[in-house]
Amino acid sequence: MTDRVADFHVDFTRFLAPDGTAVAPLPGFFDDPTLRRLYGHMVLARAFDTKAIALQRTGRLGTYAPSLGQEAVAVAVGAAMVDTDVLVPSFREHGAQLVRGVTLQELFLFWAGDERGNDFAGPRQDFPVCIPVGSHAPHAAGVALAFKLRREARAAVCVFGDGATSKGDVYEAMNLAGAWTLPLVFVVANNQWAISVRRAHQTAARTLAQKAVAAGFAGEQVDGNDVVALCHALRQALDRARAGGGPHLIEALTYRLGDHTTADDASRYRDDEEVGRHWKEDPIARLRAHLTARGAWTRDDEEALLTDCAARVEAAARDAQALAPEPAAALFDHLYATLPPALAGQRAALVQAEADHA
Amino acid sequence: MPDITLVEAVNLALARAMAEDDRVIVFGEDVAVDGGVFRATDGLLARFGPDRVLDTPLSEGLFAGLAVGVAAQGFRPVAEFQFMGFMLPALDQVMNHAGRLRNRTRGRLTCPLVLRAPYGGGIHAPEHHSESFESLFAHVPGIRVVVPSSPARAYGLLLSAIRDPDPVVFLEPKRLYRARRQEVPDDGAGAPLDRCFVLRPGTDLTLVTWGAMVAETLDAAQALDREGVAAEVIDVATLKPLDTDTILASVAKTGRCVIVHEAALTAGFGAEVAARLADDGLFDLRAPVRRVAGWDTVMPYPRQERRYMPGTDRILAAARGLMEYA
Ligand SMILES: Cc1ncc(C[n+]2csc(CCOP(=O)(O)OP(=O)(O)O)c2C)c(N)n1
Ligand SMILES: [Mg+2]
Repeated sequence: MTDRVADFHVDFTRFLAPDGTAVAPLPGFFDDPTLRRLYGHMVLARAFDTKAIALQRTGRLGTYAPSLGQEAVAVAVGAAMVDTDVLVPSFREHGAQLVRGVTLQELFLFWAGDERGNDFAGPRQDFPVCIPVGSHAPHAAGVALAFKLRREARAAVCVFGDGATSKGDVYEAMNLAGAWTLPLVFVVANNQWAISVRRAHQTAARTLAQKAVAAGFAGEQVDGNDVVALCHALRQALDRARAGGGPHLIEALTYRLGDHTTADDASRYRDDEEVGRHWKEDPIARLRAHLTARGAWTRDDEEALLTDCAARVEAAARDAQALAPEPAAALFDHLYATLPPALAGQRAALVQAEADHA
Repeated sequence: MPDITLVEAVNLALARAMAEDDRVIVFGEDVAVDGGVFRATDGLLARFGPDRVLDTPLSEGLFAGLAVGVAAQGFRPVAEFQFMGFMLPALDQVMNHAGRLRNRTRGRLTCPLVLRAPYGGGIHAPEHHSESFESLFAHVPGIRVVVPSSPARAYGLLLSAIRDPDPVVFLEPKRLYRARRQEVPDDGAGAPLDRCFVLRPGTDLTLVTWGAMVAETLDAAQALDREGVAAEVIDVATLKPLDTDTILASVAKTGRCVIVHEAALTAGFGAEVAARLADDGLFDLRAPVRRVAGWDTVMPYPRQERRYMPGTDRILAAARGLMEYA
C-alpha cells in the first residue's frame, strides 16, 4: 500500500503585464504617490548603474556588477522593509540599499574600492555587499536569530541569485530558518544567469521557489519585473515573519539585461535575440506605461525625474572622488578593536614606508 | 574547592560568562540536552534555558555563519565544533567573514564570537577526529587563535576569549581534557590574551610549545634538568597575535630553541616561530633552531598515532643535539 505523504505547489503572481496593464486589481496600498515613488527609486538605481559603468570604463571605479533589468527586485526589497528590519544583500542590490538610506556617495565609495563605503550612516545594522556567493545566508539567519531571541518584531531579508541556490550554505540557512521559525525572508533574484551558466544548468528543479519546501516552509514565484507584485509579496512575507510566522522564500523571475560585471562580455554566451526579448519585460518601462495609462505620469514628470537623478548621481560621484583616500594606517586600525601589540611593528613599517615615499 | 579537569574548567568558564553577560549564548551540535560530546556544555541548558543553549542542525559552516550574524547583532556567541576535523566547512566563514567584518565596515559591524573545538590526537579516536591544523587559522588576519594547556589556563583564556570584542578560535587539547586536575577558583579572572606564558624558567635552552604538547615538553624539561640542562618552557597560548617578545627574551638568555608541536612540520606554526627568531633573534642564537613536530604525513589511525605524535624522546634528542653547540 502506498500513501501520498507530502504534496506541494508553487504559485506565480503578477499584477502588471509587461505592457503595463493591470491583470488584477492592485492592492489598496498602491496609490499614485506610492507608485511614483517606486518608479523614482528604480530610475535612480538605473542612473547609478549607468554612471558606475561609465566611471569604471574610465578607470575611476573598480569592477562593477550592474543591475540593469533587475531594478524592481531591489527596489521592492528596500520599499517593503521597514527601518528596523535588516538587509543582508548579495552584490546586485544597490537599489535596495538606496531605498534603505545608503547614500549614493557611499555606494560609489564602495565600488571604487574604499571600505568607508560600507560604513553606512543610514541603515547601521544592514550588512554590506557579500562577494563569496551565498555565504551571507547564514549571517541573515544569525540576524534573524537575534531578533527572535530578543522577542523583537523585526525581520531580516537575504537576497541572492539563481546561481547561489546551488550552494550548501544557502540551503543550510534555509533549513535552519525553517527549523527555528526565524523571521527571515529569502529573495532569489533569478536573473536566469550565473555569469555564463544558464538557470537550467544550475538545477533540475522546476522552480527555485520549491527549494523552500525541503526546508519546511513555503516558496512562491513572483514576476520579478513587476514591482507591484514584488512589493505585495514581500510585505506579506515580512508581516508574517515579524509576527512570528517564520521564514518565506520569494523567487523573483527577472533577467540580467547587462553584462555580469564590467569584466564580463555576455555576448560570449547568449545572443542578442534573447536579450532583446527580455527588454520587452523591462520593469521600468512597465511601470512607466502603467503610471502613464493611469494619468499619473507625464512627459514633464519623466524629464524632471531624469534630470534630478542624473544631477544627484553626478554630485555623489564627484563627492566620492573628491574624498582623499584613508591614511595608510587605516589598514591596521580597523582590524581589531584594539591593535594587538604584535602588529604595532608592521603598522609602523607601513606608515614609515609611506612617509619615505611622500 | 575540588580540583577540576580541563574540560570541567571550560564548562565553568562558559557558565561564568553566561551568568555575567546575558548576551553570551552557546550553540553547536548536541550541546544542549546532551551537554556536548565531551560534556563541555553539561548543565548549561538546565541553568540558562533553551534561548541561550541551542542545538543547531548538523552543519558547521552554517553555525559559524550564524555566529557571524548573531554577533553582528550584539550577541556573544560561543559555537562548539565536536572535533577540529569538522571545522573546515567553517573556514569560509572565518576567513571571508569573521576576520573581516570589523575592518570592511570600518567598525560599524563587529564579530565578538568564539569558535571552540577539541583538537589533536592521542585518544584513539576514529579517522578525522585527531587533527591539528591550528596554523590554518593562525594565517587568518583579524582573528585570535588561542590554545589552553591546563585547567586554570582554559578557564582564564576562555573567559577572556568570550569577553574579547573580536573573533577567537579556541582550540582545546582533547588529550588533556581529563588528563589531570587542578584547583581553579571560579573568580571570573580572565587570563591575558596575546601573551605567552613561561611555565618553567631555565637558562640553557628554550622549549616553545602550546596545547597538548605542553605535557611532553614539561616532561622533557624535567629529564633535561636531571642531566644538568636548565630548560625554559614557554606555552605560546595565543598563537595569533604572537607575543614574540617573550620568546625572543628567552632565547636572548638561552641561545638555543626547540619548537614542539603536534601538527605536521611543513608550514606548521613552528615555522613562524623559527622565522621570527631568524628575523630578530639570530645573533642571540648559538645553535640552529630545531622543530619537533608531527611528520608530513596524514594523521594515522589510532594504532599508529603515537608514532606520529612527537614524544618526550624526540624532544630530548633535539635538545641534547643543541646542547652540543657551545
Ligand atoms: C563562492 C563563489 N564562487 C564563485 C564566485 C564568482 N562569481 C561571482 S558572481 C557569480 C555568479 C553568481 O550568479 P547568481 O547567484 O545567479 O547571481 P547573479 O550574478 O546572477 O546576480 C560567480 C560564479 C563567487 N563570487 N563566489
Ligand atoms: Mg543569476
